[in-house]
Amino acid sequence: MMKRFLIALVALMLAGPVLAQSGPLRLTITDGVIEPLPFAVPSFEPENAAAAQVAADITRLVSLDLSGTGLFREIPASAFISAHSSFAQAVAYPDWRAINAQALISGAVTVSGNQLIVKFRLYDVFSGSEMGGGLQFAGTVDGWRRMAHKVADAAYGRITGEGGYFDSRIVFVSESGPKDNRQKRLAIMDFDGANMQFLTDSSALVLAPRFSPTGDRVLYTSFASGFPRINVLDVTSVGTRQLQTADGEMAFSPRFSRDGTQVIYSLANGGNTDIYRGDIASGASTRLTSAPSIETAPSLSPDGSQIVFESDRSGTQQMYIMSANGGDARRISFGDGRYATPVWSPRGDLIAFTKQNAGRFHIGVMRTDGSEERLLTSSFLDEGPTWSPNGRVIMFMRETQGAGGTSSLYSVDVSGRNLKPVPLPNGASDPSWGPLQP
Amino acid sequence: MTFLPKIALMGLIAITAGCTNPDRFAAGADDANADAQAGANDPTSPLFFNQTIGDRVLFTVDTSTLTAAGKIILDGQVGWLQSNADYLAIIEGHADEQGTREYNISLGFRRANAVREYLVSKGVPATRLRATSYGKERPIQICSQESCYASNRRAVTVISLASLS
Repeated sequence: MMKRFLIALVALMLAGPVLAQSGPLRLTITDGVIEPLPFAVPSFEPENAAAAQVAADITRLVSLDLSGTGLFREIPASAFISAHSSFAQAVAYPDWRAINAQALISGAVTVSGNQLIVKFRLYDVFSGSEMGGGLQFAGTVDGWRRMAHKVADAAYGRITGEGGYFDSRIVFVSESGPKDNRQKRLAIMDFDGANMQFLTDSSALVLAPRFSPTGDRVLYTSFASGFPRINVLDVTSVGTRQLQTADGEMAFSPRFSRDGTQVIYSLANGGNTDIYRGDIASGASTRLTSAPSIETAPSLSPDGSQIVFESDRSGTQQMYIMSANGGDARRISFGDGRYATPVWSPRGDLIAFTKQNAGRFHIGVMRTDGSEERLLTSSFLDEGPTWSPNGRVIMFMRETQGAGGTSSLYSVDVSGRNLKPVPLPNGASDPSWGPLQP
Repeated sequence: MTFLPKIALMGLIAITAGCTNPDRFAAGADDANADAQAGANDPTSPLFFNQTIGDRVLFTVDTSTLTAAGKIILDGQVGWLQSNADYLAIIEGHADEQGTREYNISLGFRRANAVREYLVSKGVPATRLRATSYGKERPIQICSQESCYASNRRAVTVISLASLS
């Protein structure tokens, strides 16, 4: 019985690529008939009176997180036969089987002062057994959303066998004002758009923040000096400092090395843009490319050994891979149009990119050898993909056309399904998805 | 007589230079201002440079090659910069919105550098000229059509007093 449960899941995870090969991507994939796995989340049991509200809120958010992936479907409480009102109570499996709930999530919440404890268990209804042991998370009442995300991550992880991504944050550029007077500020939010906070004011133009591997710092490009320069921002203290750049040079498009001590970035000098690697502490830098063309948007492989980047050395923007120490590069993109902003997936298997072709922009993925290119989106302007920590979801910026054009963030499954906007109060661009929080 | 108007102008230039989008306040931005009008008639003023000589050149899609029309404007800039040796210039390159952010910064820098190299080749000391790029971040026309894009693909020579740098 357990096998049946897992096979259904494996089929679910494989469905994307299989469908993708059946024809050109785009919305045909999002329209693909995929049956999400039905689950039930009876309201988490408040173990004391103070926990009543937050227990209900957490239950709601766990369900939203899982349903939001498009891989799971919540069975409404109105369909429940069994109340399952107590965490300690034995599960009446037949009652859950009868409503076709394949997974059952049960939880309990205790509040004392601002201290919050959440317990949860996951059941495989059809095999009639618990999946994994019970888990307990401790946090604050103010941080209740994180506790819900942790429960959802654990359930997602146990059912799919992969890491989750709900308890993670995204740094991005918050935008306001018309196109010819746009104000841009760095901001940070939970993966679902909640808890947005500004990290900078709008006094200087800022672009393309990038999280460090542990999420403690952010690299970004600032025009405070009138020239693009790279700054490092400490997320906790919100203190910033500028990386060293020589006079007349412009530095931009930074990303952290996997150990967080170095930065790979673009440096423009005399009209030419090349890729460099710099040490954050000492400022010492090494030049990795030396072509008269534009080399920019570098992204490291998960093992840190290779760099994927874009170059117009062939005449148009295309993607190339080279050693992390520079040297010869091999071109990986050969389709129609221009390929830009490559980002190596955390799983190492795919490169996400922006493709510009025939007046449209797309977010796409391809294997690291350039094969199996699939376009996931299409619009007037889609740009700048970033990967969820588990490599299953891509977030990007979509900008609408015309004088009133605005930017917003969208996420899409790597299969091309489940395209949806991230709810935010203002315009937004340049997302960078941070790691799962500890 | 030439010194005092320059002092008056310095304030205007300082405001302009301190803004993140200097060229928005350049040509024709302040017609109602009597001092500015006086400045516009003074061939040694930055306003004369902006309005009469022309502070910007335009480019075709995804290129940084100077056009014949652009070179005529730049020849005028050379003459002005040579006659007004106490001014510096920052050349700002820009791109239209049809491209990705990082590439457009590089493309804008290519454009700014093409202008800078041309001015230097005609005798303006390289030490007086700096180049920067705003990529697609600072459009002056906001429609999503070629009529707007053509104005946005530009390199703008922004004049500043040496003593302010």
